[in-house]
Amino acid sequence: MAGIIGYGAYVPRLRIKVEEIARVWNEDGEAIKRGLNIKEKSVPAFDEDAATIAVEAARKAIHHSGINPRELGAVYVGSESHPYAVKPTATVVAQAIDAGHNLTAADLEFACKAGTAGIQMLMGMTDSNMIKYGMAIGSDTSQGRPGDALEYTASAGGAAFIIGKEKKEMIAEILKTVSYTSDTPDFWRREGANFPSHGGRFTGEPGYFKHVANATKLLLEQTGFKPSDFDYVVFHQPNGKFPLNAAKLLGFTEKQVEEGLLTPIIGNTYSGASMLGLAAVLDKAKPGQKIMVTSFGSGAGSDSFAIQVTNNIESKRKRVAPLRELIAKDKMYIDYALYLKNRSSIVRT
Amino acid sequence: MEKASAGMWRKIDTRYNLIGSECEKCKTLYFPPRIICRICGRDTKMRSRKLSGNGKVYSFTTIRVPSDTFKESAPYTVGVIELEEGPKVEGHVVENGKKVAIGSKVKTVFRKMYVDGDEGLIHYHFKFETI
Repeated sequence: MAGIIGYGAYVPRLRIKVEEIARVWNEDGEAIKRGLNIKEKSVPAFDEDAATIAVEAARKAIHHSGINPRELGAVYVGSESHPYAVKPTATVVAQAIDAGHNLTAADLEFACKAGTAGIQMLMGMTDSNMIKYGMAIGSDTSQGRPGDALEYTASAGGAAFIIGKEKKEMIAEILKTVSYTSDTPDFWRREGANFPSHGGRFTGEPGYFKHVANATKLLLEQTGFKPSDFDYVVFHQPNGKFPLNAAKLLGFTEKQVEEGLLTPIIGNTYSGASMLGLAAVLDKAKPGQKIMVTSFGSGAGSDSFAIQVTNNIESKRKRVAPLRELIAKDKMYIDYALYLKNRSSIVRT
Repeated sequence: MEKASAGMWRKIDTRYNLIGSECEKCKTLYFPPRIICRICGRDTKMRSRKLSGNGKVYSFTTIRVPSDTFKESAPYTVGVIELEEGPKVEGHVVENGKKVAIGSKVKTVFRKMYVDGDEGLIHYHFKFETI
């Protein structure tokens, strides 16, 4: 099957701590940190949006893969914060990475899993020889209503994956992918609304856990793999607790989840979340190791992937700095007032 | 609105990817691109040339009293960047916690430059950041 030829990841450098948000709303920051297993979240600068984040990730992916961007036959950008309601983010990205014009491009939206849906689409297109390479991106500057629980986690970041079918070029082969989808009203944002609404506790069991569990079980059933066959597991991470609970529920260990769990230090990057988790794991994974990824998008659905790392990973690894190093070293803290300004919630009059 | 669309469209390659021009005869590089070489005039052809975006700060200033277009950006730093290929380019220098000084090494990043009101176009552009 198709595989990953290269990848790139980008997280804005601005951070706000959970205590700072809690201070404004007179809530117990320590309790929220423990409850959500999150310390701080990334915030886009005033001049960053889902398109600029996608471009930065895409440029790194091109550099990492070593391919000529003109050989891309498709660019798909998954996001729930596309800068335009009508005008594709994907065309901005394609032009900014100098991919030429002989390609198809589209924006995808499926809450937090539109990026992994893009990977699946590209697998079909590369395996059927429609295109040589395709790029799938998950990128978001997610919105949390001031004072809402989501405000502690909704953050910004993105990752880009280049998919192709030539085994000699792959850093990891996708052995199998399956999905589980249902109409579930756990989280939504109507046209023109500035902030999403959600079903509170309803987002947990009928939303996240049902879809993550069913997609993961389906993958295990169809591949014959056991949880212990995987070296790393990445679940969608709306907070720092849900992926650990999902792991326990499905028979995985915390150790398998640790490397790909970024939400405690950058928040929930929505469409970027499971893809950034996979990028962090690929930064560390060794040839032959197996990775399982299960994304989740409200509304609702999960895409699950069984991935095996190839020998090519070591030679390409030197080309870009590891994601965890970028997150740890390149950051600037802001207070709540600057956070509001950067999110355009307060403007100069 | 139509004028804004056409103007933006013409500059996309320049703004996104630092596409300049090079004289085929004397090899002089220009950014923004020129269609006629200042040295060779019409006695040559110009071709597009992508610039690396790597360079160093030649001069800079901080804008504290912005025009309406950049009122949400202020205060912001604008620099004249001497690219490693030679041309000097004016550009915004983003805040990254490092002090900007003459001679600071920079690279490009992709950012929003400004937006046309609530319903108009979003103008993306290269900016610089110190490394």
